[in-house]
Amino acid sequence: MNVKSLRSALSSYVFLLPALVLLVVFTLYPVLYGSYLGFTEYTATNFATNQPPKWVGLDNFRTLANDDLFKTGVLNSLKYLLVVPALQLASLAVAVLVNRQLPFIAFFRAAYYVPVITSISLAAVMWDWIYNKDGTLNWLLKGLHLMNPNSNESWLLDPNTAFWAIMFVTFWKGFGYYMVLYMAGLQTIPEELEEAARLDGATPWHVFWRITVPLMQPTILLCSLLSTLSAIRVLEEVLVFTNGTGGPLNSTYTALLYVYKKSFGGLDFNYGLASAAGLVVAAIALILSVLNFRYFREGSARA
Amino acid sequence: MTRIVAAAPRAAATPRTARRPLRRTLNTVLIYAVLIGIFIFAAFPLIWTFIISITDSNSVTTGHTVYDFPASLFPARITVANFFNVVRTYPAIERAFFNSVIISGLSIVLTVIISALAAYPLARNEFWGKAVIFGVIVATMVLPTETSFLVNMLSLAHLRQIPVIGPLLGIGSYLGVVLPTVSTAFGIFLMRQAFLSIPQSLLEAARIDGAREGQIFARIMLPLSMPSMAALSIFTLVNTWNSYFWPSIALTGSQDKFPLAVEMLKLKGAFNDNIFNTAAGAMIMMIPILLLFLFAQRFFMRGLEGATK
Repeated sequence: MNVKSLRSALSSYVFLLPALVLLVVFTLYPVLYGSYLGFTEYTATNFATNQPPKWVGLDNFRTLANDDLFKTGVLNSLKYLLVVPALQLASLAVAVLVNRQLPFIAFFRAAYYVPVITSISLAAVMWDWIYNKDGTLNWLLKGLHLMNPNSNESWLLDPNTAFWAIMFVTFWKGFGYYMVLYMAGLQTIPEELEEAARLDGATPWHVFWRITVPLMQPTILLCSLLSTLSAIRVLEEVLVFTNGTGGPLNSTYTALLYVYKKSFGGLDFNYGLASAAGLVVAAIALILSVLNFRYFREGSARA
Repeated sequence: MTRIVAAAPRAAATPRTARRPLRRTLNTVLIYAVLIGIFIFAAFPLIWTFIISITDSNSVTTGHTVYDFPASLFPARITVANFFNVVRTYPAIERAFFNSVIISGLSIVLTVIISALAAYPLARNEFWGKAVIFGVIVATMVLPTETSFLVNMLSLAHLRQIPVIGPLLGIGSYLGVVLPTVSTAFGIFLMRQAFLSIPQSLLEAARIDGAREGQIFARIMLPLSMPSMAALSIFTLVNTWNSYFWPSIALTGSQDKFPLAVEMLKLKGAFNDNIFNTAAGAMIMMIPILLLFLFAQRFFMRGLEGATK
């Protein structure tokens, strides 16, 4: 009996070994070592000459506190959170809309998901044409008389609009993803509940706010959490749309772009400082997660 | 059937039912108008890019650029010449396509194998340390990974210095891009769910017949989990085919191994003067993944839903 259970345990470890080794080396260790690097002085030169990181305490964080570029990045990352409520409301509404039996509905669901499987570099190519001074957006706005016909707005080159233009692409790329998650959540709501409300004369608007939304609390928490975390961690969008420059007058510079520029994307190669900046972003992400839980737990308690 | 029966008495009882069919029709029209509106919003960039990619660049008679909207949506002459053009004048795209296939293929095979192996004991065996190991895997989902790319890059640089296998695993190698991404809690959970749903009696019967763990895994668990493995494969393919940031830094110094997603932006720069070629290049990247998605979207979406439970 003992031999048998020992053998079963041994085989279990063997099965788990590849996954665990890779998780430890490429997921756990980077987090621990990266956190440690945040408190050290460590550069590409140190790395090349095999010198260990030098402990400097809070020095890097003091440098960050005095760096206007980092402050711009953090503020922009926080500003990026504005995409979250828009994205969540829109995708929940679309999920409710497509969560019914109608001819061709499967086609629409699939089509709404296509932006999700579009790579960010492809999105950058396509939206560049839309935001171009001769692009579709200006054509549309001029056609609707919302823009001066002689105006030559180039949305990605204007420091006042570049940030919002990029955020809109995040919205475009994301709403199909959350739509699918919300559709999965909607399946768990008993149909009779909504039907009963409708028979009692409730308008679709009431059904949505009074029944669907409260019953969807767990899914809303999950989606809002995922969306908040990816908004505060936004990097690829600002990287590809501005060729890694941070946009006109640094208007699209975000906190993680700072981490990237200080490590490999610029001329600094200051791994210690980059790691410290990463820790600050991680701390903000953690606080936002806690707030998310607080807010939606309370919400569900009230409902 | 029941709906008709139930509706009949109400139709007789209320006077406003005469307007019902009309209102229902209006409602349907309204719903489809909204659906089509969102469709245009979601699909327009891709549709437009596709149309540009098949427009004969010599036939743009309405002006000098494709920006002559909406005329550019209805090209006077359709051609596939742009695709040949882009391959001829930008040979790197062929290699990039090949690189994307290799990187995605390696990722899929390794992800499915590693996830399935790890999921099996977690779903089916009791052993010392199981709770701790499961806890560690869960923990990897909520870790602050902001600087992981940095440390992983340094690790790959170290790996590169190992003799013989260094060039295969280290920075600038195909495996170097792939290895950090193939072991994920997502994949392990997805496979664990699949294994948990297989009846215990089947395993017991196999054990009584003297089957070893490896045999049970390969002969029973894997074949019965095909749908989940397919979902995980498609999910991994879409992710790796499209990923831009990690390959662009993990392949530093080996530009000949860049996948399409990274090469794409260079292509745009190279063809700034020829939007038709850029569009054709974009389609070369998009069409394989789009066809696969349309073909397997049920699996794919189910995989995504399964991961949230």
